[in-house]
Formats: sequence, structure tokens, C-alpha cells
Amino acid sequence: MNTEREAILSRVNGALVPLSTRAPLPDWDAELAKARRLLGDREALPVFTERIKLVNGTALTDPAAVVAQLLAGGWTRGYCDPALWPQLAPHFGPKFTVSTEYDRTRVDDYAFGITRAVGAIAETGTIILNDATTSRRLGALAPWVHVAVVPQKRIFLTMAEAVLELGDDPNVIWVTGPSKTADVEGILIEGVHGPGVQIALVLP
Amino acid sequence: MKPLSIDQFAAQLRPETQRSVYESTKSTHEKRTKVLFDHFPDPNRLRELAGQIKQHVIENLDTYLPAVEAKLQAHGAKVHWAATAESANQTVLSILRARGATKLVKAKTMVSEEIGLGPFLEKHGIESLETDLGEFIVQIDHDHPSHIVRPIIHKSRREIAVSFEKNGLGAYNDEPAVITRRAREFLRQKYLQADVGLTGANFVVAETGRLVLVTNEGNSRFSLAAPKCHIALVGIEKILPRDRDLALFLNLLARSATAQQLTVYTEFISGPKAPTQPDGPEEMHVIFVDAGRTEVLASECREILRCIRCGACMNVCPVYRQASGHAYRAVYPGPVGAVLSPLLAGNRFPELADLPKASTLCGACSEVCPVNIPIPDLLLRLRNKNKLAHGPSSGTPPMGAWSVLASQPTAWKTSLAFGKAVGLVPYVPRAFKPSVLRAWDDHRTLPEWRGGEFRRWLAARKR
Repeated sequence: MNTEREAILSRVNGALVPLSTRAPLPDWDAELAKARRLLGDREALPVFTERIKLVNGTALTDPAAVVAQLLAGGWTRGYCDPALWPQLAPHFGPKFTVSTEYDRTRVDDYAFGITRAVGAIAETGTIILNDATTSRRLGALAPWVHVAVVPQKRIFLTMAEAVLELGDDPNVIWVTGPSKTADVEGILIEGVHGPGVQIALVLP
Repeated sequence: MKPLSIDQFAAQLRPETQRSVYESTKSTHEKRTKVLFDHFPDPNRLRELAGQIKQHVIENLDTYLPAVEAKLQAHGAKVHWAATAESANQTVLSILRARGATKLVKAKTMVSEEIGLGPFLEKHGIESLETDLGEFIVQIDHDHPSHIVRPIIHKSRREIAVSFEKNGLGAYNDEPAVITRRAREFLRQKYLQADVGLTGANFVVAETGRLVLVTNEGNSRFSLAAPKCHIALVGIEKILPRDRDLALFLNLLARSATAQQLTVYTEFISGPKAPTQPDGPEEMHVIFVDAGRTEVLASECREILRCIRCGACMNVCPVYRQASGHAYRAVYPGPVGAVLSPLLAGNRFPELADLPKASTLCGACSEVCPVNIPIPDLLLRLRNKNKLAHGPSSGTPPMGAWSVLASQPTAWKTSLAFGKAVGLVPYVPRAFKPSVLRAWDDHRTLPEWRGGEFRRWLAARKR
């Protein structure tokens, strides 16, 4: 195994030695990678609300509105992060069966999953999840509906800012709207392996 | 049997396949242009910068590779090196054997296509299942992807519905929503049963040792949520220097590949799952794959290693649009494939030496390339390489007779008198034409013979 490492690195060296100069690393202005034309002079929350809608997601600021949407869709069984449940439980009526434990042998029994997001990106309508704040990776992925609870103070205006704050969590994932494919004849279908409905509940 | 050249393949393509490839590549290309120019005042500046950054990386791989290895190891990932396709396959197999693993789910990775991982694992009794919808359909059909981003761009919903029925995935139904839902139901059980999730990597950041993976379907996320072991196959050229460079590359990749602002799932992985997280891999392996890349690095076409596999060059290419991906007889089709595939083929270069010639050198590929690869220049360098190596020159009519005539004035003059006979070629019954002539004549109209006009003009002038 180690010999292959040496073989590859020595071939790399052999290929690069004849170069008289090496291309330098350009420094570049992060401003270039910001879609300024989309942002205007607006605050993060209105931009986020607009952009997530464009990728067929929804941003809401009232837990009651989330509950109403779940009820309207007939999604009454679900999973909720135990850390969020005390705060959200009062909004759920008797029609709901919500579990704060996630059983991976029953993935299809959870129509929705509610987990915490670490933040969001306004420019792209993206929610940010990581291992530290997401109670279960599967709970945020396998149900048809995912509700991410986003702290309003943690909405980055642009991707260029968010990429500098990835931190040291071993797994950060940016989710931009519902799971989708256009593999069959270029026709857009949502809910391939992950959620078909993506909701961001933005709380102060 | 001699494989078909690109134009021969295009000529026998079914009209509906050709139409669907043409229409969907054209529409993706148009949306790409719109989304780039609507959002950024000067998208070309972004492409140039990204190209400079990647060129810097490939010219400094000698320092970047050990640096990224050290970062990954510090995060608790195990790093392996595979000089060849065979050794990459063996490395995957030995990781599986060490865990007693028999089931693997695979998110889309082009490297795994290159090395033939799926068939290799199946031969060794491992269930290896593609999870990207397009790749899954390719797998159950025993077919090959024909586009690097849209693997089944050549298939109709009717063909897909037939293979689903044949494979026990429900009665015939060609609604894309039904096809997708059936794949969802079938595959989620497979993720949960799998021992290992295997992915590629779109980028690896040297500064932080982060692997970056993008998918729209969420299949890579599921492969990293259910199984307990993660294996990543990574080409040695996939490195980016800094986290901040990701802002540039992610913006360009999604827009160039699918005209999206950002791919739905963009995952940053720097090691096994956090100890407090119940789901996800406890063990992570990264296999750096050479498989011909160091030869490309040593060649005068090393710029092709900048490629971030977005497929924009395919979508804009007039040859790809007419011929579709299978015409290129290799894992990487289109303009990037015409450069990369013959180079990666190593000593089998002559077999693919015709690919660089199947281009009008119009330069559209280079204009859309998010890393500004001068593809037409590279195609010319490869044509030259083939010429110097006296490689095959299929598709070009023999020029020997012409060169005899052109070097002897008397013979040339005599031949001009017979030149008018060329005008009769279209009237010769097809069956009597030699195949070389047929290949040209079927799709081209010969101009009216005007040979000798210059001589006549010159003679008249003297008097």
C-alpha cells in the first residue's frame, strides 16, 4: 500500500520537475462570488424567504403555520428532535402522533421529521445542518417532509460567507429545497431519496 | 468488429434518441447561460479565476497531496493510494473483506465507472447497487452512462418503464413520478441494509481536509446516513486549496452542470460521524486514485486535469448533440472525453485516437468551461501526438494519390482534364461506391467541379 503512495508521488514529481515555473495561486475578492444582482440591499430573512421559495421550499416564522401545513398534507405521524419538542408540542393537536425517538427499522412510519439547523444561507435559500445540531441524520432525510428549525441570527447573506464558517464539525450539509431529479426525460420530480417537502421554520 | 467512428455512430442513431439528446442539451445550455449572466456581472471572470486556481493545484500536486493526506488522517480517516484501476478495485474489496461486508450502496462516482468497480465487486460476491436514479437504471439495463451529469439522457421513459417491469419493480408505468417513487421505495431498504456507502468527491480542500460532495437526489446523503462505513474514491486532481475557493467553484459547478444556483445537497465531510450522532459512518476510508492521471500530468495536455465534471462542454458541443455519448466509446464523452479518454487509455491510445478529430474546433466547449480549459488547443495537440506516433487515421480518405499528382505539374494538368468526372460521383449507384466514398458522400454534397480555372486565367493574362 505504502509503495503505491510512493509510486504515485514520485510520478507526480517526475511530471512536475520539467516545469520551469508553476502557476501561482491567485488571490481573489470574495465579492466576485456573491450574486449581488439577487441580493440588493435587503436583509437576510426576506432574501432567504424569497430564494427558498424559488427552489420549491417554504420558509415560515410561526410554528402554528407549520402545523397547519402538516395537517393539510395529511402528514400526522412524525419524528421530532427531543430538544425541540417541549417548545413545539403546544402547537400540535391530538391528531398528531409525534415521537422523539427515531427507529430506523420503521423509516416509512415517519411522514415528517423536525430537526434543528445550525443556520441558513439567504442567497441560495439553503438550510445548514451538521452533526452537532441534527439529532438524527436519518430523521432529517428519510421522512417525506423535513422541517428545519433555523435560528434567525444564523442566516448568512451569501454562500461566500457561509463557506468560511463550516467550522470543525465532521459533517456539514447544505440543503437547498427538496430532493430532486430530472433524470427521466429532463422532467423535474421532487422527493427522490430525501424529502419531497422542505420547510424552514425560522425562529428568533 | 471494428468500432464505429463518431460520425458512423451518429448516422445510425435512432431519430428519437438524437432528438431528445439534442433538445435537452440545448435547453440545459441555454438555462446555464441565463442563470450565470442574470446573477453575475462578469461570469467569464469567475471561469478564468477558477481555471487559474485549478491550474495552480495540478502544478503543485507534489505538495498538495501529502498535505491533504495529513489533514484527512488527523480527522480520523484512513487514506489509501491506488496507482492503477485494478489496485483501486482491490483496495475497496479488501476494506469490505476486513469488515465482513457484503452489501454496498454507491452514490454516483465517475472514477468508479473508470475502474469498473461495480462489475468487479459483483464478480467477488458483493452486492453493489447504484443509487443515483439514472445510474440505477443504467445498472439494471446493463447499459453505460452516456452523459456525465445526465447518465440516461439517451433513454425514453417508455424504455425505463419496460426495464422496471422486467426487474420486478412494478407493472408497466412510464410516468416519471411513478418511476421515481418506485426507485425511492426500493432503494431506501437497500441503504438501510448496506454495510458500506461508497461515494466519489467533487472537491477535496487541502487547507481543511474536507471532502465536498454534491447531489440533487440526496442519494449520497442517504449513503452516509444509513451505512456504518464510508469509502470515498477520489481522483488525485480533485484538490482545492482553501475553503473560501469553494464559494467560486460551487457557484460555477451547479450553474454549469444543471443551471441551478446550488445543487440541492452539498455535503462537507471531514471524517467519520461525530460521536454524539447516532447515524452515519464510524469508519471512513479515502482512496486516492491515479489510474493514468500522472501520465496526463506529464503530458502537454495537463490542463484537462482542471475538469470538475460538470458536462457543460457536452451540452454545447455540436458533435455531442448529434452523436450522443456512447459514440465516444469511453467513460468520458463529449469534448472533455475527446481529450481525457484517449489520454487515460494509456497504451490503448491508438484505439481512441479518432476522438480528438471528431471536432470542428468551434471553441464553444472552451467558452462554457467553468475552469476555462482550452479544449480545442488540447484536441490539436492530441491530433499531433497521433500523427507523430503514426497512429491510425480512420475517417480520412487516403491522400496518397493526391500527393503524387500535386507534386508533378504534368500529372496535375492531365488530372484536371478528368476532374469533371468527379461531378458524376452522386450519380454512381451507392452499392458501387467504396465505403470511404460512401461515408463522405452520404451526408455531403460535392461542389461543382471548377478545377483548372486558375491555369486558364494565368494563360490568358500572359497573352
